[in-house]
Amino acid sequence: MAKVKTLDDLKRMREGLQSKISLREKSDHPEKIVQIKVSMATCGIASGAKETMTYLIEELDNRAVEAVVTQTGCMGYCHSEPTIEVHVPGTDPVVYGDVDIKKAEEIITKHIIGGELVDGIIPAAYKTPNEHRNEK
Amino acid sequence: MDIVKLNIDNKAVVVEKGTTLLEAAKSVGVNIPTLCHMKMHDLNVENNPGGCRICVVEVEGRRNLAPACKTECTQDMSVNTHSLRVVNARRTVMELILSDHPAECLTCVKNGKCELQSMAQNLGIREIPFAGEQSHYKTDRSPAIIRDMDKCIMCRRCEMACNVLQTVGCLSAINRGFESVVAPAFEMDLEKSTCTYCGQCVAVCPTGALSEVDNTRKVIAALVDPSKTVIVQTAPAVRAALGEEFGMEPGTLVTGKMASALKKLGFDKVFDTDFAADLTIMEEGTELLNRLQKHLNGDKDVKLPILTSCCPGWVNFFESNFPDLLDVPSTAKSPQQMFGAIAKSYLADKMGIKRQDMVVVSIMPCLAKKYEASRPEFAVDGNPDVDLSISTRELAQMIKGANINFMELSDEEFDNPMGESTGAGVIFANTGGVIEAAVRSAYELHTKKKLEKLEFEALRGFEGIRSAEVDFDGLPINIGIAHGLGNARKLLEDVEAGKSHYHAIEIMACPGGCIGGGGQPYHHGDIGILKKRAAAIYREDEGKAIRKSHENPFIIKLYKEFLGEPGSELAHKLLHTHYFDKKNKVEIKND
Amino acid sequence: MAKYNNHILVCGGTGCRASRGEEIVANLKQAVADNSLEDQIQVVRTGCFGFCEKGPIVKMIPDNTFYVHVTPEDAGEIISEHLVKGRKVNRLLYIDPETSEHISDSRHMEFYKKQIRIALRNCGFINPENIDEYVARDGYAALGKVLSEMTPEEAIKIIKDSGLRGRGGGGFPTGLKWEITNKVKGDVKYVVCNADEGDPGAFMDRSILEGDPHSVLEAMAICGYCIGGSHGLIYIRAEYPLAIQRLKIAIDQARSLGVLGKDIFGTGFSFDVELRYGAGAFVCGEETALIHSMEGLRGEPTVKPPFPSVSGYKGKPTNVNNVETFANIPVIINKGSDWFSSIGTEKSKGTKVFALAGKINNVGLIEVPMGITLREVIFDIGGGIKDGKKFKSVQTGGPSGGCLTEKHLDIPIDYDSLLACGSMMGSGGMIVMDEDDCMVSVAKFYLDFTVEESCGKCAPCRIGNKRLYEILDKITKGNATEEDLGILRNLANVIKDTSLCGLGQTSPNPVLSTMDNFMHEYLAHVKDGKCPAGQCKDLMMYVIDPVACVGCTLCARVCPVDAISGDKKQPHIIDTSICIKCGACMAKCKFNAISIQ
Repeated sequence: MAKVKTLDDLKRMREGLQSKISLREKSDHPEKIVQIKVSMATCGIASGAKETMTYLIEELDNRAVEAVVTQTGCMGYCHSEPTIEVHVPGTDPVVYGDVDIKKAEEIITKHIIGGELVDGIIPAAYKTPNEHRNEK
Repeated sequence: MDIVKLNIDNKAVVVEKGTTLLEAAKSVGVNIPTLCHMKMHDLNVENNPGGCRICVVEVEGRRNLAPACKTECTQDMSVNTHSLRVVNARRTVMELILSDHPAECLTCVKNGKCELQSMAQNLGIREIPFAGEQSHYKTDRSPAIIRDMDKCIMCRRCEMACNVLQTVGCLSAINRGFESVVAPAFEMDLEKSTCTYCGQCVAVCPTGALSEVDNTRKVIAALVDPSKTVIVQTAPAVRAALGEEFGMEPGTLVTGKMASALKKLGFDKVFDTDFAADLTIMEEGTELLNRLQKHLNGDKDVKLPILTSCCPGWVNFFESNFPDLLDVPSTAKSPQQMFGAIAKSYLADKMGIKRQDMVVVSIMPCLAKKYEASRPEFAVDGNPDVDLSISTRELAQMIKGANINFMELSDEEFDNPMGESTGAGVIFANTGGVIEAAVRSAYELHTKKKLEKLEFEALRGFEGIRSAEVDFDGLPINIGIAHGLGNARKLLEDVEAGKSHYHAIEIMACPGGCIGGGGQPYHHGDIGILKKRAAAIYREDEGKAIRKSHENPFIIKLYKEFLGEPGSELAHKLLHTHYFDKKNKVEIKND
Repeated sequence: MAKYNNHILVCGGTGCRASRGEEIVANLKQAVADNSLEDQIQVVRTGCFGFCEKGPIVKMIPDNTFYVHVTPEDAGEIISEHLVKGRKVNRLLYIDPETSEHISDSRHMEFYKKQIRIALRNCGFINPENIDEYVARDGYAALGKVLSEMTPEEAIKIIKDSGLRGRGGGGFPTGLKWEITNKVKGDVKYVVCNADEGDPGAFMDRSILEGDPHSVLEAMAICGYCIGGSHGLIYIRAEYPLAIQRLKIAIDQARSLGVLGKDIFGTGFSFDVELRYGAGAFVCGEETALIHSMEGLRGEPTVKPPFPSVSGYKGKPTNVNNVETFANIPVIINKGSDWFSSIGTEKSKGTKVFALAGKINNVGLIEVPMGITLREVIFDIGGGIKDGKKFKSVQTGGPSGGCLTEKHLDIPIDYDSLLACGSMMGSGGMIVMDEDDCMVSVAKFYLDFTVEESCGKCAPCRIGNKRLYEILDKITKGNATEEDLGILRNLANVIKDTSLCGLGQTSPNPVLSTMDNFMHEYLAHVKDGKCPAGQCKDLMMYVIDPVACVGCTLCARVCPVDAISGDKKQPHIIDTSICIKCGACMAKCKFNAISIQ
């Protein structure tokens, strides 16, 4: 183990190490960060949920988005697998169907970072935040 | 010097910073009772574990009562030493201590001299409200000291004496809580430990937990046995302390009364160990001069310094602690043993009796002498040179038991031939005395000149370690003196490390020398008593007509008639000994 | 460095390990390998989660699922169901005793809701054997900050301002202690960590050392800088092998990283830590006794002053703090004194870790803000009394604390309030008693402990506690008089008033507090010869109701000492002088004819 010689050494070391336990940090206060649940039942896995999940984890990390990606059981939308639920703090959770890697990229860019919903929300009757506002 | 003002029992008190409440109270006449505390001023040792909690007092603003012995005075402190709360606490604590103490006062060795007993009386304890388990331990009987730990109150004074004062390291507290007791390691018997039998633990014990082996009954049995010739020798230190047992001022010389009492007790001959002390000087002084001469002649094999060997506690100490130095001390036996050896050879022949029919009793200020007398090398065919050794305290007990009114006795002389002694023999009792006596003779024998002034003030005093240079007519002789085994250890470590530049060293195991021996009347921590005894010894010396050992006419006669020369073959056989490595005598056995 | 999608945290505290925790770790790793998930799932052995009642505990990250009472046999299912199929293993979830619902996230459990974890911040979170995880959690940043940016006086000021008080029992202000030791002149000074946790049932310090050893090492180094010392000593009881092992690993790692040793952070400051093992004497938790024990002397206290700050280990100025106190230091430096002092009450800042034990549903280790009430701790966090029994008393402060009652339940827990009602904070033991507990026997139980653990140095503690025990024993046997109660109280007060150290000064607390709060129970024993809780065997009498007894002879046949006589089909009688009160007859009687009086 290389010795830390200065406080800056330590800070650099910490930065490098933080991702190692960031998963635990995040799970300690999930309501404050983006939560994504990937449906990982047999049907989901068969439709490529695993790849989607891995992509989500890596891409969110690359873009330094504070997010936690977890797997969940079958959401019941077997027709639209892989399905994921996206929960951005302060908004209602949204479920997307047929999330391949391309779709996942779009969700990250537009929904999670950009703050606007994208196509593919299930159920179809889902109302966008704008529509919610109009009702009120 | 920082000054602190405070208030004790509504009295304004001004003391130096660092003074304890106990001392401050004493300075204004308030005596706070203590049990475990013992401060021996001139020896720089103090036992104050703060354990007995008898000295607790009420300090305004403090939540709990404070132990006066361990509480330093602070500015504007307000102290009450006898509030109801204090008195109740003190009595309750005393009741607790007594609830774990056998109520055997009538048959206890300390009856009438026990600090616990007088404390109970002072506090007015009449009944003990606590009936519960009492501690029980096996009574440990060594050749010199008896430990009856049922009577121990955990004041830890013995521990302090053994570890701090004497650095023997034999006694320490073991076990926990109610089971805790002061004992040798692993609760071994004293005899199996490194105990030197110096008796300083006995000297400070407030109760009957530590006491000497009582030989008085055996002495009386010998005295009434018509087939035995019982002769007695009395050590020099006894005459300066025995009077205290009869209420006399410390430092009162009772040599004549003592001789008279011994004759009344029925001893066939009343002799003086001082005679043997003179004999010791002849042998030891000759040995010193021989070693010195060889050393000056460049003999590399000769060991210097020479160490005195008349103190049995000291001999036990170096056998256990400094086995590498066994060839350094003088081979001369102690005066007690020289006396026994001469008595059972020369004297028995003169008196026409067999050694088996002679009983040699010694009166000693010392407990280690009991052990020394029992050493197998000091016996011929199992018959010891000294049969029974009793302490100053035991002698007082015998005198009282025989209805002798000691105070009214007129002075009597010792018997001859072994009752004649010089001032040099007398001062053996004091620290520095043996070496002073040796110098008096060695100087004259070496220089063939007469000493002008016999008092070597440089060798006297109470400092734990002293050194002096004595001019042997151009030859400077360096002398070291230590009393108390703790001081001896320091000096010895220097010798062992080759740092010592002394030609001769005198060591006495007990503080002050034999006058502070473990068999002397209890000083209860008042070291001023030892100083008074020491002064008395020097007075006795001054009053003697002959003050140099080699001028003792009976010593001269003894060599002429019997021994030949000092250091002769016969002298070696009878008056010299050898030492044993006891470093590893401690055996730990797993049961 | 590998990056895992899932972390499985397995409690590696002593308690969970004793329940086959190591096998759980091994089986989980095996199951992960069996499913070829090694690159995605990391199995981490952490420190204690605190909810020991429900151990062994396995926590799934990132979804925070908290599995309880896990066995090694469950490992395969956890991996295949939870991780492969994404389904929670319901049977291993915690069930809320109120609603009977499964709760998967520990943050929603009553046990954790009111807790604030500062000293325990890393316990159950990081792998204590990996310094990287500690560094990732801001580890050694406080030390770096103090060494690089502050003078010792500035750092001490933060600790003083935080209001942190000693967590070992005394509650002495920590910053002030450091300041005093700082001001004492001395070329060599020592930092001592008191890890001689001796209260029966308490394991706060052990958990911290097992779960987050670096926090203590870091704090000791900070303390060293503040007082001007470069030697640290941890006095830890030899009965804590796991804590010792983790400390050894931590010390090695900290040395390798350069945060212990010479010239730390290039500032020229050097500090290193050694372990010293205690042999388990309770009194060695007292700082002067602890120091004597470290010096190789008999473990017994000496009168203070001099305090260790002035003359401690080897006669040098020594700062002694307990484990939990140290564990608070790095966070205080990192987050500031204002943050810390915003938690707690006016005079007791921050949090306190308690070991909940006794007749309580949720036995375990909790960390709560000062000022929380006993009621919240016992009934909300602790989940109330076991088996629906009635609460009777809670004993705080370890064996020498006091027994508090219903009427004390709403006092805020802090140093001064507890002292004011006859108990004390102590190091954080909390033992709950229910209606079945005889308070005289409880006092006797604690005295039994202090009699055993007294060092024997001072007379009131050595003999007095023994006599207290004997009088209590007499009461529980029905042999005492009302006069004995007076003797008992006076003796207890005198022991408190005159003992040399904290052990004796507090050991009578259980007696005094039970006499204050449960005098009627004492009187029932003494005057009526009855034990209201039915605990004191000598005061019980088995009696056969002659009406209900049908004379079936079953009781007479089962009695081991032939104390029961009677003809067939006639009511039987128990000879109470022979009866040994074993209760066999009562258990056997089919007609409920035998009762205890």
